[in-house]
Amino acid sequence: MTVRSPAALDLATPGTGSAVERRRRLSGPVREARKALLVWQKDVRVEWRSLDSLPAMFFFALLVLVIFNFGFDLSSARFSDFGPGVLWVAFAFSGVLAFGNSFALERDADCIQGLRLAPVDPGSLYLGKLLANCTSMLIVEAAVLPLCAVMFDYDLAASIGPMSVVLLVHTVGFGAVGTLFGGMTARTRRGDVLLPILLFSISVPFMLSAVRLTGAALAGEPISEAPAAAWLVMAGVFDLVFIAAAYLTFEYILEE
Amino acid sequence: MSPRRPGGRWASLAQTTLPVITLALATTTLYGALFYAPREKVMGDVQRIFYFHAPAGLVCFLAFFVTFVASIGYLATRRPGWDIAGRASTEAGLLLTTIVLVTGPLWARPVWGTYWTWEARLTTTLVLWLIYMGYLLVRRYTEDPDQQARFAAVVGIIGFIDVPIVYMSVHWWRGHHPQVLAVSGGGGLDPTMRQVFLMGIFTYLALYASLMALRIPLGRAEAELRWLRLKLGERPARRAASGLRASG
Repeated sequence: MTVRSPAALDLATPGTGSAVERRRRLSGPVREARKALLVWQKDVRVEWRSLDSLPAMFFFALLVLVIFNFGFDLSSARFSDFGPGVLWVAFAFSGVLAFGNSFALERDADCIQGLRLAPVDPGSLYLGKLLANCTSMLIVEAAVLPLCAVMFDYDLAASIGPMSVVLLVHTVGFGAVGTLFGGMTARTRRGDVLLPILLFSISVPFMLSAVRLTGAALAGEPISEAPAAAWLVMAGVFDLVFIAAAYLTFEYILEE
Repeated sequence: MSPRRPGGRWASLAQTTLPVITLALATTTLYGALFYAPREKVMGDVQRIFYFHAPAGLVCFLAFFVTFVASIGYLATRRPGWDIAGRASTEAGLLLTTIVLVTGPLWARPVWGTYWTWEARLTTTLVLWLIYMGYLLVRRYTEDPDQQARFAAVVGIIGFIDVPIVYMSVHWWRGHHPQVLAVSGGGGLDPTMRQVFLMGIFTYLALYASLMALRIPLGRAEAELRWLRLKLGERPARRAASGLRASG
């Protein structure tokens, strides 16, 4: 069980009396949100220094695009048919690398014990990891999308606004499921096999709405009007449902 | 010395009577489906597979709902009984889902002209099957029994929450699907057909109950065996795991 005493946090982060006081005055949710941000900060810093995941994710996503290009002959004329699906397969596949590594890293460095002992709610830890994984995915997406626009000759600049919204909503969705199962499969045998099986069967709804909405955005349709808006709202609701479910169950994943 | 049947007298009674009841019900349903129910006007004789297809679909949802409840029960109470029940229910549910997935295309081919369409109900059933196969894989790849139970429970919960979400999104994706039969209201079904359909439901309920009655005591026996081995000082995880695999 995690230590939840607020005093422990103050001990863990020594500061002046007034700083301790200030922290104590923060309400519960704000304090937990702050801890989630600290976890996110830690993971981003680790990734920044080691560059353990990002390059692999980027090249893998690119490679998926290249492979699909040969599989489907994705000339620019046919990109509107296959492009959105191919893009999301690439993003989801490269996401698996982030989700898997996120906890495998902690396990290999014997840090899971430390994380469990830290005065951080398992839920906050989950949210921090989720933020970090989403950050990695978004960076890769931001790098792959322009390259893809060059390779398949579509006008990215015209759809950049709607595309950003679509990317954000669905990255959070994939991340919500992937972070939970990443934590689980880091502690099983054959986690590398198990993670994609669990992730891709559960995240079918995200795949559907991501492909539909990306198609709409790239075709220049406004996503603030029906039917795209309905998909967007639905994806947003799914995000919340999965984050809530994972937030509540993450404690059982972390437990020894 | 006769081997003690795991689970005590009641379990033993259930294990002998429930399969007999299932067999009787199945025979009745088979007779009803083939001879008693009238020939469907449009689809003809092939429609008779409906009496085995749709009830299996309904009962498989029940099975996964039981898994969902058992998963929550396990995480809340940590009683191994919940975990064993959840696992048994998942295995039974997967069998029923497999029946649905096999009988469905056999029916669809002559009626729709194709074995498979990516329509909401079909797709959801397939995804359901994949999710719960994942549940069993999680169990297989997790060595520690407590961890196995916890991880499986999380998949059991998230997976069940996912089912309506998958249904909704595929439904939107494909638009409205062709209504196969007016099953939902029951009003469109001929009274004789409805009787056989109900009989089909009872058959599968009895089958589900039989499988649970057989599997739960087996799960208990497995747990007991693991505990005894631990007590004897053998190395627990691997031997118990390989022993389990060999037995079932």
